[in-house]
Amino acid sequence: MLSKKVMDAFDEYCKKNNISGKNKEEKLKQLEKIFEKYKYEPGEAIGIIAAQSISEPATQMTMRSYTMASQSDRLSKVTHGLPRLIEIFDARKTFEKNMIIYLKPEYNSKEKAKEIAGKIKALKLSDIIVYDSIDLVNLQLEMELENESLKDTVKALLEKHVKDCEISVRGKNIYVKPKKDNVKNLRKIKNKMLKLHTQGIKGIENVVVIKEDEDWVLQTTGTNLKKILKVEGVDISRVKTNDIYQIYEVLGIEAARNVILMESKETLDEQGLDVDTRHLMLLADMMTFDGTIKDIGRYGVSGKKASVLARANFEETKKHLVNASFYGEKDKLEGIIENVLLGQIAPVGTGMVQLAVDMEKMKKGAKK
Amino acid sequence: MGSIKSLDFGFMSPKFIKDMSAIKIEHAELYDPDGYPIDSGLTDLHLGVVDPGLRCRTCGGTIGQCLGHFGYLELIKPVVHPLYGKKVYMMLRATCRKCSKPLATEEEMKTMKNALNEIYKKKKATCPHCGEKQKDIEFQKPTSYREGATELTSEEVRQRLERVTEEDLALMKIKGGRPEWFILTILPIPPVTVRPSITLETGERSEDDLTHKLVDVVRINERLRKNLEIGAPDFIIADIWELLQYHVSTLMSNEISSLPPARHRSGRALKTLVQRLSKKEGRFRGNLSGKRVNFSARTVISPDPYISINDVGVPKDIAKEMTIQVKVNKNNLNDLKKLVLNGPTVHPGANYILRSDGMRKKITEDNKKEIAEELDVGYIVERHVLDGDITLMNRQPSLHRMSMMAHRARIMPYQTLRINLAVTIPYNADFDGDEMNLHVPQTEEAQTEAEMLMLVEKHIRSPRYGSPIISCKHDHVTGAYLLTKKDTKFTRKEAAELLFSIGIEDFELKDEYTGREIFSMLLPKDLSIEFRSSVQSSGVDDEGVVIKNGVLKKGVIDDDALGEKSGKLIDVIESKYGHTVARQFLDRLTRLVLNVVTKKGFSLSVADTNISDKAKKKVEKVLEEYEVNAEKVIKDLNAGRIAVSAGMTPRTVAENKILQLGGMASNSAGDIVKADLPLNPSVVMAVTGARGSYVNLTQMCGFVGQESLEGERINRGYIGRTVSHFKRGDIGLSPKGFVKSGYKKGLNPFEFFFDAMNSRENLMDKSLHTRHSGYMERRLVNALQDLRVEYDGTVRDSKNHIIQFIAGEDGVDPAKSDNGEVKIEKMLE
Repeated sequence: MLSKKVMDAFDEYCKKNNISGKNKEEKLKQLEKIFEKYKYEPGEAIGIIAAQSISEPATQMTMRSYTMASQSDRLSKVTHGLPRLIEIFDARKTFEKNMIIYLKPEYNSKEKAKEIAGKIKALKLSDIIVYDSIDLVNLQLEMELENESLKDTVKALLEKHVKDCEISVRGKNIYVKPKKDNVKNLRKIKNKMLKLHTQGIKGIENVVVIKEDEDWVLQTTGTNLKKILKVEGVDISRVKTNDIYQIYEVLGIEAARNVILMESKETLDEQGLDVDTRHLMLLADMMTFDGTIKDIGRYGVSGKKASVLARANFEETKKHLVNASFYGEKDKLEGIIENVLLGQIAPVGTGMVQLAVDMEKMKKGAKK
Repeated sequence: MGSIKSLDFGFMSPKFIKDMSAIKIEHAELYDPDGYPIDSGLTDLHLGVVDPGLRCRTCGGTIGQCLGHFGYLELIKPVVHPLYGKKVYMMLRATCRKCSKPLATEEEMKTMKNALNEIYKKKKATCPHCGEKQKDIEFQKPTSYREGATELTSEEVRQRLERVTEEDLALMKIKGGRPEWFILTILPIPPVTVRPSITLETGERSEDDLTHKLVDVVRINERLRKNLEIGAPDFIIADIWELLQYHVSTLMSNEISSLPPARHRSGRALKTLVQRLSKKEGRFRGNLSGKRVNFSARTVISPDPYISINDVGVPKDIAKEMTIQVKVNKNNLNDLKKLVLNGPTVHPGANYILRSDGMRKKITEDNKKEIAEELDVGYIVERHVLDGDITLMNRQPSLHRMSMMAHRARIMPYQTLRINLAVTIPYNADFDGDEMNLHVPQTEEAQTEAEMLMLVEKHIRSPRYGSPIISCKHDHVTGAYLLTKKDTKFTRKEAAELLFSIGIEDFELKDEYTGREIFSMLLPKDLSIEFRSSVQSSGVDDEGVVIKNGVLKKGVIDDDALGEKSGKLIDVIESKYGHTVARQFLDRLTRLVLNVVTKKGFSLSVADTNISDKAKKKVEKVLEEYEVNAEKVIKDLNAGRIAVSAGMTPRTVAENKILQLGGMASNSAGDIVKADLPLNPSVVMAVTGARGSYVNLTQMCGFVGQESLEGERINRGYIGRTVSHFKRGDIGLSPKGFVKSGYKKGLNPFEFFFDAMNSRENLMDKSLHTRHSGYMERRLVNALQDLRVEYDGTVRDSKNHIIQFIAGEDGVDPAKSDNGEVKIEKMLE
């Protein structure tokens, strides 16, 4: 049986060469036979090969992690090279996140792009006020808004988030008077207030409009996939983010797997390193196969192995041995490293074969 | 052969310890004044032997036969096992203070995944079973517990844990044993074989760290007993008890964060049990997953283009030391007799024989004749490594599977291991003093497996990208170019010499041969292929490579035909005719091509980087233009005319602009140099892909360009300037590390300094970074090592989870693929 990918290629080949009917079937049989030569052999230690194929070129990568200057019109803080690769494999939750947002054809112009950019950029209260001060005489805070039209939203926001305060509005000015009089308290409230999210999409810290070939594209620092997808004018099918967890939450585990694959492939390609996608696929599959994202390391894939010895051998030897003895764990010795530790044949490659010869039958056969 | 099917983990009961022990330890002293082990001391002869000549009193074995026996020590007062301190705490908190039932109902516990953990985390005021009020228990790391204001003694803790029923333990999923066993009453004393003492030259004995620690424990235990006997006051007893706890704790682990580590007299921290197991040099990583082996050698490597890529030149001295066991049968009896007669000092000889009864005999000059006489079927001869034996070569760091490959031995004079130049690429070796390891597989299974799976020719195609990795480099490529370029011709004599050197003797006789004709003789007769050559891509030559029916019609052979990853010729030959043909091709090609270079000559002089005055002027103009443009940007910056995009200061925008302009200047200088340089040897190397590039040439004959630090122009130095010779705040070109001179002309002192800064950064980057990528490799391998392809084509891990339903989504092994792809058309041809 051939995989879908190969069958598709075969169909295309037949179409191109006008092969159909019986001829096609014959060709298919021929292909199937030849294809055997290209297949992985049973027992192949595919994981180790993948791991080595990824990390061997990684030794040649440059450590320099930030964008080169030639792309000066882009937002610069994007991690590259080995650090980015490690970030992906660690399945980190905090790193330099960014999004690339394409727009629907009817919004594909500089003006519209800028308009959307303005809409989605997250603004804190400190971003929309002209000045703020602590009025020590009346023991209240006062601020002046950039724009009078914002006063109602700001008032509503403050009433929701700042407790035990009287909030009054006079023109562009907003006054916040705490019910308890305390200078220290005032400062605390002020700091909290200035960080309040007022408009735009939370998490989108910065937006730049750039032109990519025919498209006007929004590039952001910070991401919020869920909300961006709901923004009017955004081409949903082409929104990109480098945050694996957001993709996982919004689009599911298969999408997360694809992001891991794409991001790592991109990082390697950028450095001009050629690694077969199959290796990266395997890695992405390993990180996501149980429906959650697991990192490569002691808290993820390696730390959740079945074998006590395999875990103890990797890192945190004491912890694993203590726990294993406490809960009375059993190691079935089905992995590679456990058998290496015990000096036995590991069940990969030629060690996987479990043939037993029936001597009785052999003898009978010899007699015949 | 028997094998271990599974391992159970658990902990030992006091009874178990007593039962497995050979002796009870009672004295802290090790030896009597005569230096003889004291009975019931920590080096008692019942515990095993480490000194030659003595016999174990338990099993009667000598050193090597006796693996050692445990002893036990009765602790006068119980002590908490430090590694299980937290577990004991969890148990104490999770069980009722009075009735020792878990603080949850049976039904609740049945629904919990990790009952102990969940009950422990929840604070319950009363026991659901007996209604007792629960006082809070506090844990004072690592081994003491406090209930309210009173401290619980180990004895009290033990009593509480004893009351927990088996049923409750099962519900809490504690299956390793009884919890009260964590409060040690009997301490197992490891056999002396795991803590051997070393006798120094002075005759002094130096004991193992573990012995030192055990002495402490036994001594304090004794003291506690004596004090109890004389009825010492409670506080003294408590003090000694605590001390005993400390010593037992540090015996188990000397890295408990809240305890000061026990030290040697010299101040060095002792290496106790946990330290022996963990970390890189510990038992797990240092001795079990990686082992030291016999039958291995290591020396400097050097190149030998006259041997096959499958071969390795093994120095005679090594071959005489390394042996292979051969069983004598009637067919090889005479051959092996000859080897034995040669003895250990003459090369094709033998070092030992094993008689059928297992007796081992060393062959010497004196007894070799006798032994040869004696030799008979069923004996085993340990003969020297001979030509054609399978050996494994390895160069560290072993980053991928091609770092260890099987070579056939070829015994040679002199002291170095010799390898073909084409295999330097997978090993990442050069000959500036690199050393490599050589192993000789001993059993027939190992030898055949190595030959069938690891032989060099089977690794021509890399599994990383599916193109050849064993390929040509440097002089091979120049040689191939010199051989196959248009006007290369050889006389009959020259051609004969070249062809004989690669073993081709049967060829058409002519007066003159073109290089392409000679090259074509290496190709399989029905090979047809067309591709672009590297020379063609660089625009020097417009002829692509055309090979028809094994004849090179057009084009030159260079990096794109023979090089790593790009080598299309090797690629095609390997996939079409198999690895043996490819290996032959490589063997012959490398030898031929090196002979061509030697014959034709290829050298490089400083004059090869000369460019015409006209070009020089052009380059200068580029520099001037750049300076003017940069000046403009700086002026704009000072006048505040720089348009700022979000998140950037005008300064950064200006910096980026200047850098961009600099890059453009370098590019245009490159174009000028490229257009001006004639096809001289330096250009030949760049164009064929043998070594170097136009960028290097531009830096030599044009200018070096911008030196950078952390991706920016150089900012480091004094306030507002890099070097005190510039004006403060000058952000022009030179003050920020732009090098206007080329390497040939020479750099001025400032430029030289900036260049050195740049080089130093690269150097540091590299060394800091190997650590990270090394650790990444370890993690990746560890995470993925259990994955294998099953017979049904799925990828599964050791738990038998399916990771991929079809390996790599199409089942194609990249090591067999065509640059990672499958081309249906090619396959159906």
